[in-house]
Amino acid sequence: MSAGLLPKPQMRGLLTKRLRFHMVGAFILSVGSGLLYKFGVAEPRKRAYTEFYKNFDPMKDFEAKKAAGVFQSVPSTES
Amino acid sequence: MTLLTCLMDEPHALIPQMLSLMAVSVGALARRGVLGAASIRAAHDHSGHAVTQEDLLMPQYHDSRVYPLPTLPYRKELDAEQKALKEKEKGSWKQLSEAEKVALYRLQFKQTFAEMKRPSNEWKTVLGGAFAFIGFTGLIVWWQHAYVLPEKPHTLTDEWKAMQLKRMLDMRANPIQGLSSKWDYEKNEWKK
Repeated sequence: MSAGLLPKPQMRGLLTKRLRFHMVGAFILSVGSGLLYKFGVAEPRKRAYTEFYKNFDPMKDFEAKKAAGVFQSVPSTES
Repeated sequence: MTLLTCLMDEPHALIPQMLSLMAVSVGALARRGVLGAASIRAAHDHSGHAVTQEDLLMPQYHDSRVYPLPTLPYRKELDAEQKALKEKEKGSWKQLSEAEKVALYRLQFKQTFAEMKRPSNEWKTVLGGAFAFIGFTGLIVWWQHAYVLPEKPHTLTDEWKAMQLKRMLDMRANPIQGLSSKWDYEKNEWKK
């Protein structure tokens, strides 16, 4: 035999080791992506909507659109 | 052998049994001289004796990553020196020199795993060919734009697109997070 023995490889618990690695990773990635979406997309969107509707006046909005002439059933006043 | 080498490109664990099955049908074809070229290739692969058509009926030696210990040794007919080495192998292996061990390995196997798994430059050919054909397709597409396709509709001119955008802003399209939210209605320009 050639000089120097190789270190004994791991003989047991191979599935356990792999399963633990992947379970932990899967948990972190799924929870992480959920949190990322919540705080990257959902919360800003909710804030944007509340901000928009806080001081929204539908009548003023209507008058602006009417002045621009986008309605078919409302005669427009040229702006 | 050409049929067999096709299978060898996608090896799986059933190859030796499949090879003997294939060898039966291959042998039937070989008897009609259809696989003349195959016999020639087998003759080059083998250790020196002429390959008869009966040989193709027997299991073949085959290097495969998924079937590491083939059914047969690579070299079956041994000369006197090799026979002596095989006799020595029956004793204690400590008396074998390195060269003898390597010789015994080479009797048993055709290629080492390293030789079997050696990389090739085929990917360059594949990529080059693919890009060449894509480039040629690009030429065809350009020619089509120049000589085949009709004029663009009037709704795609810049003037029309500007009118379209103004109308969308007037209608306050997507005012919360979309288009109209980016427009400053007081200053009549895009928000900074």
